[in-house]
Parts: sequence; C-alpha cells; structure tokens
Amino acid sequence: MSASDGPPRGSLKVFIGMAAGVGKTYRMLLEGHAELQAGRDVVIGLLETHGRAETAQLAEGLETVPLSSVVYRGAAMKEMDLAALIARAPELCLIDELAHSNVPGSRHAKRYEDVEQVLDAGIDVLSTLNVQHLESLNDHITELSGVRVRETIPDAILGRADEVVLIDLTPEALLDRLRAGKIYPAERVDAALNNFFRIENLSALREVALRQVAEEVGAKRLTTELVGSREESFASEAPHAVGERLLAIVSPEPRAQRLVRRAWRSAQRLGAELDLLWVRPPGKTLSENEERSLAALGQLASVLGARLIEEESDDLAAMVKDVAERRGTTYILLGHERPPRGLARLRAPLPQRLMELLPGVDVRIVADRSRRPNGDAP
Amino acid sequence: MSVFTVFAIAAGGMLAGIGAGYWLPPHGRLARRERPRTVRRILLPFSGQQISRRSFEAAVRLAKAEDATIMPAFLARVPMNLPLESALPVQCARGMPLLEAIEQRASQQGVAVDARVGRGRSARDALRKLIEAEPFDRIIVSADEDPQAGLGYEDLRWLLERVPAEILILRPAPEDKRRISAGGVSGHF
Repeated sequence: MSASDGPPRGSLKVFIGMAAGVGKTYRMLLEGHAELQAGRDVVIGLLETHGRAETAQLAEGLETVPLSSVVYRGAAMKEMDLAALIARAPELCLIDELAHSNVPGSRHAKRYEDVEQVLDAGIDVLSTLNVQHLESLNDHITELSGVRVRETIPDAILGRADEVVLIDLTPEALLDRLRAGKIYPAERVDAALNNFFRIENLSALREVALRQVAEEVGAKRLTTELVGSREESFASEAPHAVGERLLAIVSPEPRAQRLVRRAWRSAQRLGAELDLLWVRPPGKTLSENEERSLAALGQLASVLGARLIEEESDDLAAMVKDVAERRGTTYILLGHERPPRGLARLRAPLPQRLMELLPGVDVRIVADRSRRPNGDAP
Repeated sequence: MSVFTVFAIAAGGMLAGIGAGYWLPPHGRLARRERPRTVRRILLPFSGQQISRRSFEAAVRLAKAEDATIMPAFLARVPMNLPLESALPVQCARGMPLLEAIEQRASQQGVAVDARVGRGRSARDALRKLIEAEPFDRIIVSADEDPQAGLGYEDLRWLLERVPAEILILRPAPEDKRRISAGGVSGHF
C-alpha cells in the first residue's frame, strides 16, 4: 500500500526506563491527560497498572477500549482488542508495555506488532518500554544482572519511534519506591530486592538506558541534519554512524592482542562499536603460529563483542579505506609499523596514506607501553 | 696481471666477505636457522582480578631460562543463561586490564608474551577449551587461598590428572600477599 492509499501513519512516542517502577506508565498517562485537555480524542488501548493504586487513579477520566478475551489452555486471558481499537479510531492511543508477548491465539505474537498496525491506521501511540527488552542489549543486560529477559523487541522498532523519552530515577530513589510498596505488593519486595533490584544492577541498567537514549538522539540528529539538504542522496546510502565506530588494523601476531585490547577499551569509553580488520596478502599461507594467532584474535574479538573482518588485498591502505567506508568508521587504530624494507621504503607510511584516503577519520597509532623507558619497574 | 683483473679480484673478495658476514653466526641467517623451531609456550591462566606475584615471577624466570613465550590467559565464565558464544564485556572490563598489566611487566623483562582469552561455563571449562585448541608445554597455576579468585583445588587435581603438559602449581607462603592486579597497568589503558 502506498502512502497515498491510506491515512498518514501515526506517530510513536516511547517512554523508556531502566526498570519497572521508574514511572513510565505514570508519565504516559499524564501526557494522555494533557492531550485530552488540549482537545484531542484520547483512549487507553491497554494499561498495566500492576496493582498500583496511583497509576489506576491517574487512568480515571481517560476512555478505555475494553479488552478482548483470548482462550488459552482452557483459561480466558485478557489482551488488547486491536480490531475494536482501530474501529474506534481515536487520534491518540495509550498502549502500555511495548515488548509484551501476546497470548497465543491473538492476532499478533507481540504487542509491538499490534502497535505497528495501529500506527498504520493513522493513530498516534504513546507506549512504554524497559531498556532490557531491547534485543541488542539483552545478552549484555543478562550478563550484568544475571536475569534473562524473555520478552524482547527489535531495536528497529525503537529506532522508528518519532520520540523517545527517558524516564530517569536514581537507583536509590527507585529502591525507596520499591520498599514503600509502590512498585510491587509487600510479599514480593524482598525477592525483588535480592534479585533484580540490587543497586549495582540498577546503576548498570541506568547507564545502559542513558546511553541508549543518547544514541537514539544522536542517530535522529544525524538524520535530521542530512535529510532535506543537498546531501539527501548521500544520507540514504551512507551507513548512519551512531556515535563512534572504531576499526583496528590487526595481523596474526602476538602484538595484535594488545592493540585489540587497547582499541576495545577506547570503544568502551566512547560507547562505540569495534571492528577488527586483517588484510591478508593474496596467496599468503599462514604459518602454524600465525594460524594460532589468528584463531586467538577471533576468540578475543568474540569475547569482547567485536567483529573480526578478514579481507584479501595487496593494497592495505586501499582495503582499509574500503572497509572503513562500508562500516561507517570514524576512528582507525593501528599498531607501530615495522620498519619498511626494499621498495616499500619509497612509499608513504600507512598512517599518512590513511589520513589522505580517509579525510575526517581519526587515525591513532597505539604505542607499546611496555617499551617505555620510564615504565613501571616490575 | 691487468689493473682490471686486480680490481675484479678485490671486488670479488669484498663481496665474499660481506656475504660471509651476513650468512655466518652470530648475527646472520645461519644463527636464526639454528634456533629451535618450536618455541616453548608457558600458559599462565587466571580468572580473578589479580594473580599471585610468585606465580608470575616463576613464569618469567622459566621463560627467560628457556627462551619461551609466556601466554597469560584470562578465563571468562559464561553464565548458564547466556549462549556459550556470548560476548562478555563486563568480565572483560575486569580481566583485560590485568592481562595488560601482566603483558607490560613481562615485556619489560624482555620476555615474549602472547596473550589468550578462554571462555567456558566455568574457569575449568574455559581452560579445557583453551588447551584443546592449542598446545602448551607448561602450565603455571597458583593455588590461591581463595578458590573463588581463580582455579580451585578440584580444578588443580583435574589439571594434574588430565592435561598432557608440565604442570607447575605454586602456593605462595601465607605471609606472601604480593599480587599483580589491574592497578599495575602502566599509563592510560
């Protein structure tokens, strides 16, 4: 269906937070009321109050589309009534918990798919999401918190949102709310405090949430700046760099491990993705030690969450340029080069060639700190 | 004998001299060829945030004596609820600085270093995978007071029974609290 065949797609605004209880639903309801008072037709498509009295109280005054009943394993379960909501055709709809999995037998498996259909019907949507539900962050957050979140949504859904609003709360304030029984009933508080709601978990999740929203803002700013300008065609083809993307030039030898570690630390500090590139000279056969070094590099990349790219070329600089452009690299790291031999002495050094080939990309030579004359004595 | 012949003989002699200087020991290619082809590899595994200084020093002494390469290996544990191939950035944030500190110290003492990272469901599992992937001539492990900090006694027993390499287990004296930790990294890392 082309854009001209139906109503213009609705806009999606997502309230994102580090965990349950930070006030996402509350804020969504406040905005619903504000829109209602501004004269818009607002309904609640689905609201999860989790038994919180203040949330239920705030929902009063907003029309709610009755839920539908889905029978699953002999039990009647309540889900959002998508057909009734679209038939009601409000201007704005509030749909809580974007990552929710619908009961089997519902029209869609996931709630975000329902939301997509509502948006396609030209209805604006306000929704909520916890950061741990984002697919790309799921493993990272499982490692941080020790809790695997089953309900995930593709990052692209959040990427397509017109607005993303971070609902932030300090971990201490969230724990106070939890202890006061404002998040879960009293009988669940102790279990929550001992599992997910530990201060170190919450601090880490808060950092992830802040970073995620910063990246979303950065990505949107980049797109806004480019679209509509004379660089529009470039914008549609170029990889959109979200913050920094690092590329480390490696070779299968022991010293590459150090370069990768340093590059990874830099990537961590910048909140950036890291790629590793090895350019294999055509026809080169690896020695046993080189094979092992290459395997070790692959293992290190995998554990660090970096991507090892292997390409074949006899022109290292040209291949680095090619990969950097493909991957949207903003920062190149390379180790100290061995002194050139033979005709290679006549060529410009690799860093200089890279700076000429990739204007606007930072090039950093990583020093071997163990060789510093004033290094720490063992 | 013509002047040309004299020059030709002199030039030939000089070339022969240069060639001999290049090919003969101690600095030439013959010397390199005579070196043993297999470099001895000493594995120094760890999974905590510090290692016993005693173990490290033993590894350095042996590496120096045998012209061997020290292979410090960080053993990362993959939680059961994550796939085995998962990236482990949180653990790496703890392990990588220590790997760097070990490499810096060993390099400063003129010892070749080739670091590794192992990954498994436990430190033992990670070590087993590492040993299966490539051979090591010797493994130096620290029998730490705190089994949570590294390989426990059961792991050491497994190592002795199952791994076909020289195993050197060091238990530092109780009063020897010297450790190498991430804080030992020289400069910005």
